[in-house]
Amino acid sequence: MDYSLTKFLWTLLGLFITLNWGMLMSSTMRRIGARVAGRYGIPWYQPWIDLTKLYSMRSQLTHGTMFYIGPVFRLMGGVGMFLFMPMIFGCDLWSNYSFSGDLILILYFQFFGMLGMALGASEGGQPYSAIGISRGLSQFTTVEVPMTLAVISLAIQYHTLSISDIVAAQQGGFMNWTIMTNPFATIAAMLSLLGAFGHSPFNLVKAPNEIPIGPPTEYHGTFLGVLRTNGAILHVAEAALFMNLFFGGAGNWFELIIKTFLIYFWSVFVGTVFPRFRIEQSVVWFLKWPTILGIIAIIIYM
Amino acid sequence: MEKDFDKKALTDMYKDKFLAPENEKRQVTAPDGSIIEIDPLDDYFCQERPKELKPRKGAVEKFLNWARAESLWVLGFGTGCGSIEIPPLVTPRFDMFRYGVQMRPTPRQSNVFIISGYLSVKTLKRAIRSYEQMPSPKYIIGLGSCTINGGMYWDSYNTINRLDHYLPVDVYIAGCMPRPEALLAGFGKLKELIKEGKGEKANEYARNFDWYKANQKKIIKDWNMPDFNW
Repeated sequence: MDYSLTKFLWTLLGLFITLNWGMLMSSTMRRIGARVAGRYGIPWYQPWIDLTKLYSMRSQLTHGTMFYIGPVFRLMGGVGMFLFMPMIFGCDLWSNYSFSGDLILILYFQFFGMLGMALGASEGGQPYSAIGISRGLSQFTTVEVPMTLAVISLAIQYHTLSISDIVAAQQGGFMNWTIMTNPFATIAAMLSLLGAFGHSPFNLVKAPNEIPIGPPTEYHGTFLGVLRTNGAILHVAEAALFMNLFFGGAGNWFELIIKTFLIYFWSVFVGTVFPRFRIEQSVVWFLKWPTILGIIAIIIYM
Repeated sequence: MEKDFDKKALTDMYKDKFLAPENEKRQVTAPDGSIIEIDPLDDYFCQERPKELKPRKGAVEKFLNWARAESLWVLGFGTGCGSIEIPPLVTPRFDMFRYGVQMRPTPRQSNVFIISGYLSVKTLKRAIRSYEQMPSPKYIIGLGSCTINGGMYWDSYNTINRLDHYLPVDVYIAGCMPRPEALLAGFGKLKELIKEGKGEKANEYARNFDWYKANQKKIIKDWNMPDFNW
């Protein structure tokens, strides 16, 4: 791996682009949701203003050490996922720090931030946080099942756990993409993506009407700012993961923006159409069809 | 400027107030069998008085004030009949999201508290606790004439008449009831005030904390909560 300063600076630049694209994407999606409801919705630059405001709140309070570290863990989950993800295929500088086993590490980072957040939010002592955490962890555990099955199927198919190699194997037209060569794994993973992004029907974790806002109930000001920064990075990084695994990766930033937008839009589209599941329904749902599809995907390639 | 009032009456009030049973000190047996002492007031609540938090200087504060004005997060807490005027604001007809006004479900994440109509003494307690939990800078909009002079409830036995005796109000919206357009105009006025650097009522609350507490305790007979709620 290349540890030069140039590489580091380019990775930072990539992180900056990812962060801003994530914020623009989230405001665009909220505008799309608003149009479906017949409204205009927030201005496209609203996330930046919100972030500025959150970082400039004057009074903050803490509930202990873990309460501080929780958002940092969460941010580490998003940034870590970005750091080990090859963003642009064929570009050394924007392959970030990907290596031959990065797929496993990235799957770990997906869960890592959630665990840190659970520790931090529970120190806040707010009962609604505790409810949100128990719901979030139980749902996300089942989200991981079809996702992991799909990844195992891909590992068997391509004989590698390196994302760069998986992308390289899909080059040469869309008929080589995993969605064409391994449709069962793709469907299983795209269904688990709905849970990973946490839009409706799987948004009970943050249900703003029943339990105020889920795990971050006590988080405010800079803490919430860090969580939102992470949200923007994490959404692009996760969409980029699916893009790399199933949709042939991206050769330049423009392609990445189009593909991540469409992948994220898939979860927003489903979210606008379907109402919310209760947690026991979503757990059962993830363990039923997506899991069966994932197992079929493995059996085919065994 | 600090407001004048009888400070002796206040200290008497602090002393004699009733404390809710769940907030009293007690001994609890821990899972491992040891006995530990729990003081809920000390464990769950802050024991510090609110402090004045000085704004930054010059262009930085102007920029931050602009950001604060363009991103008003409203606490989803409806009091009285005016809260029915808020749902139309999030629906297509009035759509307050266009102006950077959004709803938040928890006081920790909100900046704006709309007291929407009459405030009964029982609700005042909750309003005070919610207001004090909001991070500074924070703003209050008094909606309807009930918050100005009591309105049609001016001689009621259990509603307050002047909201700004109990909580610092930034903007009043007169009417009974004001329509959603008036509420949007109120948000516009609040934005102007914040951008001019006049949205410093949280500091005023901290400066005149004893005066506000004295007023609150005068009207809330069963004061069974801690004095500081953040």
